[in-house]
Amino acid sequence: MKREICYLSLCGLLGYGYAPASLTNALKEDLDFIGVDAGSTDPGPYYLGSGSNFVKPLQVKRDLSLVLKPALERKIPLIIGSAGGSGAAPHLEQTLDILRQIAAEQSLSCKVAIIRSDLDRDILRQAVVKDCLQPCGGAPPFDPALIPQLCHPVAQFGTEPIIAALQMQPDVVLAGRCCDTAIFAAYPILHGFPAGLALHAAKIAECGALCARPVGANDSLLVRLRHDSFTVEPPNPSRRCTPDSVAAHSLYEQPDPNCFFEPEGEIDLRQCQFQQSSARAVTVSGSVLHPAVRPTTKLEGALLKGYRSISIAGIRDPAAIANLAEIEQGVREAVQESASFVREGEYTLRFLRYGLDAVCSRRTAPAATLPAEVGLVLEAVAPSQEQADALVALARSKALHQGFTGRKATAGNLAFPFSPSDFQGGPVYEFALYHLLDLPLVCKPELLEIK
Amino acid sequence: MRLYDIALVCRSKNAGPFQLTIDLMFEKEEDYLRVLQADNFQPQAIAALYQVPPEYVQIKPFARILTIKVVLPRHASSGSLQDTDVYGSQQHFPLGNLDFPPA
Repeated sequence: MKREICYLSLCGLLGYGYAPASLTNALKEDLDFIGVDAGSTDPGPYYLGSGSNFVKPLQVKRDLSLVLKPALERKIPLIIGSAGGSGAAPHLEQTLDILRQIAAEQSLSCKVAIIRSDLDRDILRQAVVKDCLQPCGGAPPFDPALIPQLCHPVAQFGTEPIIAALQMQPDVVLAGRCCDTAIFAAYPILHGFPAGLALHAAKIAECGALCARPVGANDSLLVRLRHDSFTVEPPNPSRRCTPDSVAAHSLYEQPDPNCFFEPEGEIDLRQCQFQQSSARAVTVSGSVLHPAVRPTTKLEGALLKGYRSISIAGIRDPAAIANLAEIEQGVREAVQESASFVREGEYTLRFLRYGLDAVCSRRTAPAATLPAEVGLVLEAVAPSQEQADALVALARSKALHQGFTGRKATAGNLAFPFSPSDFQGGPVYEFALYHLLDLPLVCKPELLEIK
Repeated sequence: MRLYDIALVCRSKNAGPFQLTIDLMFEKEEDYLRVLQADNFQPQAIAALYQVPPEYVQIKPFARILTIKVVLPRHASSGSLQDTDVYGSQQHFPLGNLDFPPA
């Protein structure tokens, strides 16, 4: 049995970049595998819904093109999780295409184990019938009527399918939507290391050098995992880990600093010890897994809500700034009167007033003094792009000329920084499926040759 | 003194698309305890500030690094039609405005 596993987390998010020297330094170690997380729900539901990646293909290609060749030469498995940002079929295909481009350009060939996480809608129907679907992280109850309309429903799997993929001995594991921890914990669990430590190490590793100081999601982290502890160290000598920087990481984007939940169970951090083990490395011990009685899988799916168009303008006139509510009311009425091309109730119009209350919403108390300038984003969302374009154009022209109490600047209320002043935002989605499934899912990897 | 001025770190972020988490890190234990124990820092008060149901507001102290985590429901899920902050990274106000008299 191995006494220690050494692995590299390439960066906090595939495409965010890393220092080439970090990779060079890490390759001096005897690496068991290199992992990288490519996914996040942070940029919102658009990317899952539309099948596109919020990180651009050129960014992903840069990060993969440096690492693929040395990994193949040294026979170090490369594990990519939540490919393409959201991990559904189109996202996986994009990343596969980038791997093919790199292989062609650098005359490489490799075996890729692909794990698909697209969710069969029949499983959702079964889950509804058997009452096996629970809201996750504050989501509202699931509406079964939405099943046919869901865009790219995926299951966020744990370590099991990656373990199965690793057993096929591929050069690259390309995983669809998966837990960030699964990318880094699968290999250690396969080799008999304690799951609690493996999952905690993975939780820290998935963010790259975010646990180091200076913080850097755009840099690498080296992890050495043993049977009783693990050590994290940034391979970039300009960063260091401290007990506080590593402990603080367990707060990041998490509802509870003392524990976290994965399909494997609850990882309990209450007894954790963080010790400075060398100048830039921290050793962690005491993380324990309380295995789940029945493993659950988180499901994600987006719903198309319409199409967006926006117009951007600034307001300097003090009387206009003082009477924005009156202007807005006038514009809304005028739009409703003229917009015969869309039914009332089928579109939304928003006035985002930057400088006043666009960020923290109009629920908070208004500012005592008015700002010298206000930035206005006019937004229309409608059933079609054409309707949204027309609505925003209508609202923008009305807002430009809308009269209000005490108006002196009668030639126009808005300063447009751009011509054209209006922009298409494309389809708008929202998360409709963000639920835990309490039914077993089978997810079999397939092997593919890239030449 | 404003909470924003007392805290070393005062930040907010999504904890999934339906929740926000606000982290408050302190330099001095006395500040950490003063805030944690204050009447205006209880779930009811914070819920009123953000106009959310108090039963969904959680306050989680993390004494090891003198940090308090507050978890709140979002008014609109990340990126949905009513949302104004997709990453939730500017929602540490109005909490940052809470006033604490000097000890």
